[in-house]
Amino acid sequence: MSTVCVVRDLVKTYPAARGRRGVPGTSAVRATDGVSLDVRRGEIFGLLGPNGAGKSTLVRQLTGLMRPDSGDVEVLGHDLVRHPERASRLIGYLGQESTALDELTVALAAETTGRLRGLSLRVARAERDDVLAELGLTEIAGRPLKKLSGGQRRLACFAAALVGERPVLVLDEPTTGMDPVARRAVWAAVDRRRAEHGVTVLLVTHNVIEAETVLDRVAVLERGRVIACDTPSGLKEEVAGEVRVELVWRERAPLDVPEVAALRDSAQESGRRWVLRLAPDEARAAVAAVTGGAAFAALDDFTLATPSLEDVYLALGGRAKGLVKA
Amino acid sequence: MSIVPAEAVSGRVSTAAETVNEPADGAPAPLAPRARLLPSLAAVYRAQLSRARVARIPLLFVATFQSVGIMILMRGVVDGGDEARAVVAGSSVLVVAFVALNLLAQYFGQLRASGGLDHYATLPVPPAAVVLGAAGAYASFTVPGTAVTAVAGSVLFQLPLTHLWVLVAVIPLSGAALAGLGAALGLLAPRQELATLLGQLGMSAALLLGVLPADRLPGPIGYARDLLPSTYGVEALARTFDARPDWPVVAFDLAVCAAVGVCSLAVATWAYRRAAVR
Repeated sequence: MSTVCVVRDLVKTYPAARGRRGVPGTSAVRATDGVSLDVRRGEIFGLLGPNGAGKSTLVRQLTGLMRPDSGDVEVLGHDLVRHPERASRLIGYLGQESTALDELTVALAAETTGRLRGLSLRVARAERDDVLAELGLTEIAGRPLKKLSGGQRRLACFAAALVGERPVLVLDEPTTGMDPVARRAVWAAVDRRRAEHGVTVLLVTHNVIEAETVLDRVAVLERGRVIACDTPSGLKEEVAGEVRVELVWRERAPLDVPEVAALRDSAQESGRRWVLRLAPDEARAAVAAVTGGAAFAALDDFTLATPSLEDVYLALGGRAKGLVKA
Repeated sequence: MSIVPAEAVSGRVSTAAETVNEPADGAPAPLAPRARLLPSLAAVYRAQLSRARVARIPLLFVATFQSVGIMILMRGVVDGGDEARAVVAGSSVLVVAFVALNLLAQYFGQLRASGGLDHYATLPVPPAAVVLGAAGAYASFTVPGTAVTAVAGSVLFQLPLTHLWVLVAVIPLSGAALAGLGAALGLLAPRQELATLLGQLGMSAALLLGVLPADRLPGPIGYARDLLPSTYGVEALARTFDARPDWPVVAFDLAVCAAVGVCSLAVATWAYRRAAVR
């Protein structure tokens, strides 16, 4: 199995911004800090991390939109740092912004994008019709993107990204704002292209559940660095010995109960909610403590669960917030 | 040798796919073809033109009413002759300046600020196709408004309609010059607000320097008038209101517009390249 995308020691630093009146200056930020990745052919490879982890900056360097300060990017044997203009002939890209397409109808957005990918008018129209039908967009093909809901607009942009096939797809948070039906359409379309044409997908997400269900492998990003890279189940094994305990208190935690006070040190608090990662016997003891006696009166709800990618992320030293579970 | 993810080699991966996308050992994969200039220009032009239905028609009405209103106002000040010609020609070209310079500068400024240029930058499309397609579409939006203004003005000031066919050359050439300028301003301005401001200023200059008769302007402002590309469109149109226009001079004015158009569109294309890869 060949490697489609090779990234080595990629570094990009945003220069420090001088403060203006009313706007404080910012120091220089290393948005990607020595990132190395290998993406294999036919894989759905994920970049997971909270906002500001450097996912989009990394993707912009892979798609030739941004020059790295140093490092190498090779896609299907082409050096994209030296020849960034080749990226558009290898990669289908779905960015986060739709402003270039907003005032077009769904059909024209897809057709125009196809033509700008080098398709002839006839082929562009045929592919447009196929993709719109595949994604269930035929009924709203005549409506401008601007007038659609966020999820439908996103799906229309995804359709545009598929017209004019490419061996590599780079999708930056493709399912933002979509309902479950639209999400399923997206993953079915991705799967079909992978099965029929061996298309490789690089997916940016901050949605943990999505990452667990659709990704073959995932790189976890934190402050511009890859802190882990494995299959979702492989990553979860790192914290397999742990159980996730979530406690929700009615008003506040009853810290006068000694067992609860002892748990506080290992809990991550957010308002009334405590999240703990404990060894199984510790978890059992903790649940017994809070469900019996004085603490129970203050308890609103509790759950026990096997760890998710979010727990992996936290265990690896990621900052607490910014990942979505939905 | 790397371990293959199980999903990637599930039975559904066809052998056909292996031969299509799999490069020979070590050799780079074939690149998809580039989009050629003319077809992609046509595609951008058509897409931009379709935006008119959604976003531009109200603004076109504003542009036309503004010009007609100015002519009605100026009727109290100007009574026939050279000055009337200048007013009608200036108001007509003002429609071009409003749409091609002002609105296009705003459009590109907004596209650049919002990251919309990424869409084009990740497609294998020649930069010139994007700039020329958008500029051409915006210049086309001005056709009805300019024609209506020119005819209405000629009737209002009792000027001959005989040579108004020259609009066929005036609109595309001054359109090219002003749209190129607008696109370059929009793409070069470091911030979106500045792009809007520059577009507005450019249009105000076209209004003041184009509509007010030249011999009433003080010296230095007269020079500024000579620097503004719309002036040459205005002069070409104004000259054709004569019974026997001086065609070589008209042709020279239009040639200046064409030259400015070529230069400003080249600058805009360069600015697009620069803005697309940050």
